[in-house]
Amino acid sequence: MALQHRSGALSNVSLEQRALNIRIKAVRMGEVQGQGYIGQALGVADVLAASYFHALTYRPDDPEWEGRDRFLLSIGHYAIALYAALMEAGILPEEELETYGMDDSRIPMSGMASYTPGMEITGGSLGHGLGIAVGMAMGLKRKNNPAFVYNLMSDGELGEGSTWEAVMSAVQWKLDNLVAIVDFNNQQADGPTRDALAVGAEAPKWEAFGWHAEEVDGNDMAALVAALDAARSLSEPKPRVIICNTTMCKGVDFLEAREITHFMRVEPDEWSKALAILEKANPQ
Amino acid sequence: MTLASMARKYEPRIAPATRTATSAMIASLAAEGYDTVQAPFGHALIEAARSDERILGLTADLSKYTDLHVFAKALPERFYQMGMAEQLLMSAAAGLAREGFRPFATTYAVFAARRAYDFIAMAIAEENLPVSIVAALPGLTTGYGPSHQAFEDLAIFRGLPNMTIIDPCDASDIAGMVPAMLTHDGPVYARLLRGKVPSVLTRHKPDYCFQLGKAQTIREGKDALVVATGIMTMRALDAAVKLSADKIDIAVLHVPTIKPLDAEAILAEVQDGTRLVVTAENHSLNGGLSEAIAKELLLAGKAPQFRMIGLPDEFLEAGALPTLHDMYGLSVDKVAEQIKGWL
Repeated sequence: MALQHRSGALSNVSLEQRALNIRIKAVRMGEVQGQGYIGQALGVADVLAASYFHALTYRPDDPEWEGRDRFLLSIGHYAIALYAALMEAGILPEEELETYGMDDSRIPMSGMASYTPGMEITGGSLGHGLGIAVGMAMGLKRKNNPAFVYNLMSDGELGEGSTWEAVMSAVQWKLDNLVAIVDFNNQQADGPTRDALAVGAEAPKWEAFGWHAEEVDGNDMAALVAALDAARSLSEPKPRVIICNTTMCKGVDFLEAREITHFMRVEPDEWSKALAILEKANPQ
Repeated sequence: MTLASMARKYEPRIAPATRTATSAMIASLAAEGYDTVQAPFGHALIEAARSDERILGLTADLSKYTDLHVFAKALPERFYQMGMAEQLLMSAAAGLAREGFRPFATTYAVFAARRAYDFIAMAIAEENLPVSIVAALPGLTTGYGPSHQAFEDLAIFRGLPNMTIIDPCDASDIAGMVPAMLTHDGPVYARLLRGKVPSVLTRHKPDYCFQLGKAQTIREGKDALVVATGIMTMRALDAAVKLSADKIDIAVLHVPTIKPLDAEAILAEVQDGTRLVVTAENHSLNGGLSEAIAKELLLAGKAPQFRMIGLPDEFLEAGALPTLHDMYGLSVDKVAEQIKGWL
């Protein structure tokens, strides 16, 4: 029988250690290309660890299994983080880490469904994921399939009008099998998201649209686990959103201190320095 | 629009002696002497859906104007009203297709091509998902002006890999394209005629049957070959009948599938290139059927006398459709006149 259902439950590896392993793999991929969205990957690692090793049901050796929870990466540029999580989860072989962004790689710089096992959709054109998630959640309901659809999205995507079309539709169709996860790191390409369109408090905004909304520290594992549990167990027939306030570059202090983190410049010697910091960390 | 033409809005008007009415968006295309079929798309979809559980109908507040309302009434559990949200319409259709369904998403051609393009491109076409996009008001089929006139949709979707494009002429094309779309494993963009849709092709060729990807000769003729798509096949056939009174003999090749183009059939009809070749499309002359055919002719080393009937490279006027079709050369009289002038 294939390994399935919350692989974390079958393991004695802590979620914090999983998050650290995801960070380490992401940094190693970053080093392969000498560039990448490493700030986002370090920031969202805890969210991915809680998702893949606590919340999600899946079979690592059968990424297309009909009963799996669907985890959509709307933010294609976060692919480096998801690849790390898919490797940690055993869906992708860790050795392929060395091929990140290379010609003929299965793990290109931006996430695409046709390239990578476990990558459900092609993200990258922002504001697409939640609408696709709405369609998938409708489809699962039609099939009486109890799986959930998770859509990992960014604060920047809250500026896309299409996101709000999907927000309204999910309420209209009572999609209680849909969980949106917003990685709110307040950084977009030109600067802080809060200086652009993401005005006002987030949770009340989603609640006003009819969603169950929780806002948590996205680098606090216990808070993430509790929010994901609540999102799954809620009986109200409404879609759920977890707004995760995360810190860019979390876990690597000298990178955290930088002002420009959206697409950051990391010097060749800094990759090993970052790895050394992560490898020395002792999560608990 | 140039500044000079903008000045027109400050010129007072008086009512003309003959009243003309703007063609409403809900109106059927004038049948012009042909029998008509009511809502052929909606009925074809119902028929297909009765034996195929995967079929779903989605619309962005335009079920009545895309004939999807009959499907919604017959099979309410298979219908999704997505609201006035075309980006969501396409994304959700992509999500449903990912889960194994065969969604038919309807809206107006302008909204599919302009507003929802990125979502069609990335969520549907890039993934080669079997979503059928069925779009009403193609080309110049409304007098509401550029906001509703999709004169460039074929050009937009021709640029999109994986996309199959259909421009049906009549009720038989529409009834035939629905089952054909279901046999095709990929996205399809189909232009739609709604309401009372004329039955044109079987009048001229009784055994005509729509075939996806195939161009078919509807009428033989030795003086000129018109290669037409969509409603312009109807106009070309009517013009051919009109010209036959002047002993002018026109062949009409109907090309309902714009992409992939049936180059083989087109080149076979062009033969040695001694006949005048006229393309006719309800679309801008930029990026539609005419350019696609010109490319195939050049690649095949054929250089017949070549003329194009279609819409100019401009935002079109508002008004009554017969007036506009005359103005832009799409009416039967104007088609006949143009061909005669080129012979």
